Amino acid sequence: MRKLASAIASMLPVVVLLFFTTASPCYAQIDHHLTPVNTSAEAKIDGLTGHASGEQQGGLMLYRRFCVGCHGPAGDGTGENALWIDPKPRDFTLAVFKCRSTPTGTLPTDDDLYKSVTRGFDTTNMPAWRPLTDQQRANLVAAVKSFSPRWLNEKAGTPITIPAETPINIESVLRGRALFQKMECWKCHGPAGHGDGPSASTLTDSKDNPIRPYNFSTGTRFKCGETNHDLYQIFMTGLDGTPMPSFADSLKPEDAWDLVHFLRTLQPLNTQEASLWKAYAAAHKSEIKPIGPDAGSGGSK
Amino acid sequence: MATQSPKSLNVRRWSLLNSVLMFACLTVAIILGDTPAAYTLPIHKVTAIPAFARKYGLPCSACHTAWPKLNNFGMTFRDNGYQLMNDRDSPIYQNPSYFPITMRITPNWHLEHNTNQPVDATPGNPATTGSSGVTTHGFDLSGIDLWTAGTLYNNISFSLLPSSDENASFHFENAFVRFDNLKGSSWFNFKFGKFELNNLISEKRFLFLSANGGSYQSYHFVPPGDTNDFGMGDNQIGVELMGHSKNDYTRYSVSVLSPNDGNVDFLSAFGTPSGRTYDTYLTFDQAFEVGSLGIQRIGAYAYIGERPTYYQTSGGTDLYGIGNKPFYRVGFTGDLYFGKLNIMPFYMHGHDNVFLGNGVASNLPSALPSGAQSPTWNAGFVEFGYYQTPQLVIIGRYEAIRMQQQANPANPSNYGNIDAYAVGFRWYPIMFSRAGLALHTEYAITKNIGIAPLSGTGGPPASGSFTDAVWSSSFMVGFDFDF
Repeated sequence: MRKLASAIASMLPVVVLLFFTTASPCYAQIDHHLTPVNTSAEAKIDGLTGHASGEQQGGLMLYRRFCVGCHGPAGDGTGENALWIDPKPRDFTLAVFKCRSTPTGTLPTDDDLYKSVTRGFDTTNMPAWRPLTDQQRANLVAAVKSFSPRWLNEKAGTPITIPAETPINIESVLRGRALFQKMECWKCHGPAGHGDGPSASTLTDSKDNPIRPYNFSTGTRFKCGETNHDLYQIFMTGLDGTPMPSFADSLKPEDAWDLVHFLRTLQPLNTQEASLWKAYAAAHKSEIKPIGPDAGSGGSK
Repeated sequence: MATQSPKSLNVRRWSLLNSVLMFACLTVAIILGDTPAAYTLPIHKVTAIPAFARKYGLPCSACHTAWPKLNNFGMTFRDNGYQLMNDRDSPIYQNPSYFPITMRITPNWHLEHNTNQPVDATPGNPATTGSSGVTTHGFDLSGIDLWTAGTLYNNISFSLLPSSDENASFHFENAFVRFDNLKGSSWFNFKFGKFELNNLISEKRFLFLSANGGSYQSYHFVPPGDTNDFGMGDNQIGVELMGHSKNDYTRYSVSVLSPNDGNVDFLSAFGTPSGRTYDTYLTFDQAFEVGSLGIQRIGAYAYIGERPTYYQTSGGTDLYGIGNKPFYRVGFTGDLYFGKLNIMPFYMHGHDNVFLGNGVASNLPSALPSGAQSPTWNAGFVEFGYYQTPQLVIIGRYEAIRMQQQANPANPSNYGNIDAYAVGFRWYPIMFSRAGLALHTEYAITKNIGIAPLSGTGGPPASGSFTDAVWSSSFMVGFDFDF
């Protein structure tokens, strides 16, 4: 008995030491208590066969594993890494999303969120979560929807209609170039699309965080996709929460397609538009006016 | 056989009681340390940042089911050349103070016990050799890994891992450069240097650490008396062409490797000159989704190689290996998920040439024992991990090796057979994007017939009998941290 007491006594310092060494960092763990405001969120993803519904509880478990570090336990974009991240993580409590198929100001569809989770966001810390299963990503959409009361009171907007793409030819590219000048896209995106226009350094998002315009010369993908269809949708829905507005009321569909075709020439990709522009520029070098403040608002060729 | 006095038995009982008390105290301390009261204590956030977590701001659990084991997202990240493919992978986007290095070590307390060991009945007098179990225990350190890896530029990645044993004797566990996404395709990635084989079940990333549980017997087994130094769990030197689908569901690799088990200076694992041949390793695995159960992955592999059986000499000094004879390892493997339960089955069929199996130079066939034949065996294991939360995992494994054909038919049929069991749990009080700490507790026991256990903590049976088994067990509790 004496030996037992002696052994316990000898272990006491170890116990005390371990108590403090293991106790103090406990706060800095991922065992966060998530605080969803919507306890019955679900997600219906078109195109998922057999398991079309995203389930909130499963989604919150995944959220805790994959997302909480940036987006935070309350989904408000204040995770432990938010301080170091630029651009800042999305604040799900506001339910304001850049990538939507729905008109500006409306909630995105579940499919929009699902595509964002799957695709990630180029040139940000948000990776593509394609390695997760379809069901897991659907569950994550339900988890994202659980952080804002907007989902309790509002329905998602109706997706915009995207008309058939107009033919890709040099005339369309040139019309798009003129629109780029006329609509003053260059003021943010820069004359060459490098994201270095005169207004670029002054831009902030809806939470007053500095934000940079898209640089067409480095990114091979857009924030919300990579196809002409995706780019058209960005014009017409805008990127809510950013200075990029919706042009649904100011651009006709055929104009929007022209702009799409021109913007493709700014990317470091071997697209049909880029080939057409390269050939035209080589043959008409002296006729091409520069884009920018000196070109006037009447467009440039 | 040495007899034991009641006093020595009392000492042993007391030693066992002391060990149990030690474990109990450690466990109580950990439990106490997690009480709500602990949250009121001063908070000292760890300021160090593990390399990739710091770069990308993702928690450990994003890439690891429980570190260091990778989940499918982590596998994709690794197979992309440590890139998220978000146009921010090149180091030119990083703060210049960023340095991609991490270190890992495990201070621990462990107990090792081996049965049927030769022991001097009178300490210091080797003439009184008897047989007994041998138990040792105490506080100890693991070796340390100092791992740096990342990208040199977009689609050019690297890894360098100086690793030491517990006495700080260093070697290069891996060192390679990798050219990723050649021709813009994830199907073509080229690696050059020393690297882990593209094993679906990685021995470098599994959750077992003890002397007996900390390695797969199947990955390192060669039959008794065999002169082949190959171990599938050992990193190898050579080149690898590897490819994968965008979501990593489909993966393949083709490797061409030096025949020296990853050692340098053209030396084998035994320190003898290596041959001048090349080995080939082929792998393929495919993942598929099964509803809410998760991602299931199955794969197959084949390693084909040669090893020398004697040497070209100069003045009697060995220059390089010749008389090369073939061997192969083939099998299949899986990584299956049933919700929180992960099950990993593994099967291998091994075959060594008759000269390798009998340790005989191929230019001296007459030295082969009568009826000599190529040794063959079947090996496999089933490992499970139950992930209660991302911070608590319960682990276990059963492994078996069965000789199918002895190199020397005079040997008993079970000569070399192994059974191994391991159970444990890992609890991660810290698992976030700056550092990781795990309380690791594990018990592992291995039954070896006729040979020394892989743990290296016990020898062949004291009786010298082919058929006597040595039971070698380990109990370990320690803090595994990654910084």
